[in-house]
Amino acid sequence: MAKMNMLQAINNALDLAMAKDDSVVCFGEDVGHFGGVFRATSKLQEKYGKARCFNTPLTEQGIAGFANGMAAQGMKPVAEIQFADYIFPAFDQIVNETAKFRYRSGNEFNVGGIVFRSPYGGGIAGGHYHSQSPEAYFAHTPGLKVVIPRDPYQAKGLLLASIACPDPVIFFEPKKLYRASTGEVPEEYYEIELGKAEVTQQGKDITVLAWGAQMEIVQKAVEMAEKDGISCEVIDLRSILPWDADTVAASVKKTGRLVINHEAPLTGGFAGEIAATIQKMCFLHLESPIERVCGMDTPYPLALEKEYVADHLKTYEAIKRSVNF
Amino acid sequence: MTNPNNATITTVHTAEFTAGDALKIPTLRILRDDGSLYEGAVAPELDKATAIKMYDTMVFTRVLDERMLAAQRQGRISFYMQCLGEEATTVGSAAALAEQDMIMAQYREQGALRYRGFTLEQFMNQLFSNEKDLGKGRQMPVHYGSKDIYYMTISSPLGTQIPQASGYAYAQKLRGLPNTTICYFGEGAASEGDFHAGLNMAAVHKAPVIFFCRNNGYAISTPASEQFVGDGIACRAVGYGMKALRVDGADILAVYQATKMARDHALKHNEPVLIESIAYRLGAHSSSDDPSGYRSKEEEEKWRQNDPIARFRLWLVEKGWLNEADDKATIEALRTEILDALKVAEKVAKPGIEHLISDVYAEPIPALQQQLDELKAHIRNYPEAYPVTAGRLD
Repeated sequence: MAKMNMLQAINNALDLAMAKDDSVVCFGEDVGHFGGVFRATSKLQEKYGKARCFNTPLTEQGIAGFANGMAAQGMKPVAEIQFADYIFPAFDQIVNETAKFRYRSGNEFNVGGIVFRSPYGGGIAGGHYHSQSPEAYFAHTPGLKVVIPRDPYQAKGLLLASIACPDPVIFFEPKKLYRASTGEVPEEYYEIELGKAEVTQQGKDITVLAWGAQMEIVQKAVEMAEKDGISCEVIDLRSILPWDADTVAASVKKTGRLVINHEAPLTGGFAGEIAATIQKMCFLHLESPIERVCGMDTPYPLALEKEYVADHLKTYEAIKRSVNF
Repeated sequence: MTNPNNATITTVHTAEFTAGDALKIPTLRILRDDGSLYEGAVAPELDKATAIKMYDTMVFTRVLDERMLAAQRQGRISFYMQCLGEEATTVGSAAALAEQDMIMAQYREQGALRYRGFTLEQFMNQLFSNEKDLGKGRQMPVHYGSKDIYYMTISSPLGTQIPQASGYAYAQKLRGLPNTTICYFGEGAASEGDFHAGLNMAAVHKAPVIFFCRNNGYAISTPASEQFVGDGIACRAVGYGMKALRVDGADILAVYQATKMARDHALKHNEPVLIESIAYRLGAHSSSDDPSGYRSKEEEEKWRQNDPIARFRLWLVEKGWLNEADDKATIEALRTEILDALKVAEKVAKPGIEHLISDVYAEPIPALQQQLDELKAHIRNYPEAYPVTAGRLD
């Protein structure tokens, strides 16, 4: 074990993946010698050469298209989109090409080797073009997998699993936690299974569900609620697509209550999908309406970020509303 | 270039425009309409077997197009796209490639596909979306693809294959393969952002890809004159620091020679090359289109005289490799063969219901399996409403 922050854990995962498999190639804007604007690919070009770790021109659709072609040939491109806010020029390549490649060819061809890595989310005074959480757009696209880690240990294991996975994965990294989140991380290779949520804390009165950077937020809210005598079960969803409805439903059947928290705007956010599924699976077990604590239906603000975000206080209030319903 | 701008600085002291039409790209022509060679032109080295295979392939697609357009009109298939007038473009270029060079086409390149060995049965199975279709009946007619013959499955969105070809060719280079990728697209698709993205990526990363632009004059109804202002598409390659060639797309010898040269260069120097082929889309855009709304019969008639097959036939006859009588018999036999294959394919069952969810992922995710189970239960309740699958749910 070694103490790593999330960037170091991601860098370590990429290093191990490239060492293990020659077909793993990392590229994106500023990814080469500089090691990426956040330094997630630091030293990889030095170690594996310019052919396997390189800068690309400033073209997200080009990066995604190039990755599709490389993966169709059988390689495992790990392509970085510098900010999730800039993934939209690549939307067509990802949604119409990456996601449908295997299906439309009848499995003659596939691009399962792809991982698109991209820093997402707020909390860095980035305003609306450096703070978005676009996971719901991609969760609406059959053929993709969408994964979001909460800490360095999770980031390494989930990223290695994403690279090994025979399906294309979009891996959103909570950039707020890149340096802020540290922890013990095994130095060797390991994978964390995709599509599985994790119960990070057992409880009996209410289930609180989040992913990525919001896990820290809900943890703070849960600690406040516990001082009020409310026993909370906490779940990290980890995979947005496919998502682990069974683990969430089992928890809600036990607690009878659910609060979902995400950074992205409320309307059309993934919490809506979870709420619809869980009310169907747990209808007779529910003691109160499912609560959603999300971003407001506005672009992500700058000066008023604190007011906008789905913070611990809003989550704490939702927990109380649910318990006192 | 040694400056940080990666631009050559030739100094002038009076402001002066470089004209938008400063760059003129010449067009390669080898074969005249009458089947003779232009003065000074040299035919590429072609053995008889290859030349006849090229000719047979062109004839095959012409007969196939005629027959399948008729089948669409009869309501037997839902949709079709001809390559009428552009046969030499795709066959001539495909013939210049190695068998393991990847082909990433747009949708009107059945000539290249047939040249690679896609069988008549495979064409029919795709066109009828039956259970023998390699694509499992998932895409509209003409979206062919086959891993075995290195022909990437067609995708409807225009231009998406362009940056993909750059990535595919880059991967070929990384693996040390002696192969290139050819990427076909139309002059209309060259307006897509993916064209710019793909060409620039290939040039910067030195990917051995041949960008093959079929400039056929029309994007559905929009003429090339409303698509761009520059001199065709070839001049754009120069902007990306890429070598360019322009050929007469109805001249199969010119297309073949240009593609050979492009392939050799791409592989030898690990560089992309762009070829622009000038031809005319003599048929409608697709079976859903009617060109009489946007161009005249006179215009079409003029181009009909510029028949790429007739031109090559004259050359082959002149060389003594083909005689007109054999040719007529071949076409008749082909018509019968195609009709027979059509009758077989249209009776083959549609893909089974499990293929609703297969290949979305490498293995179906739990939610998909559950949705399929629910659908099967529903179909069992209303079997008469779902006759294709009701009788074979298990």
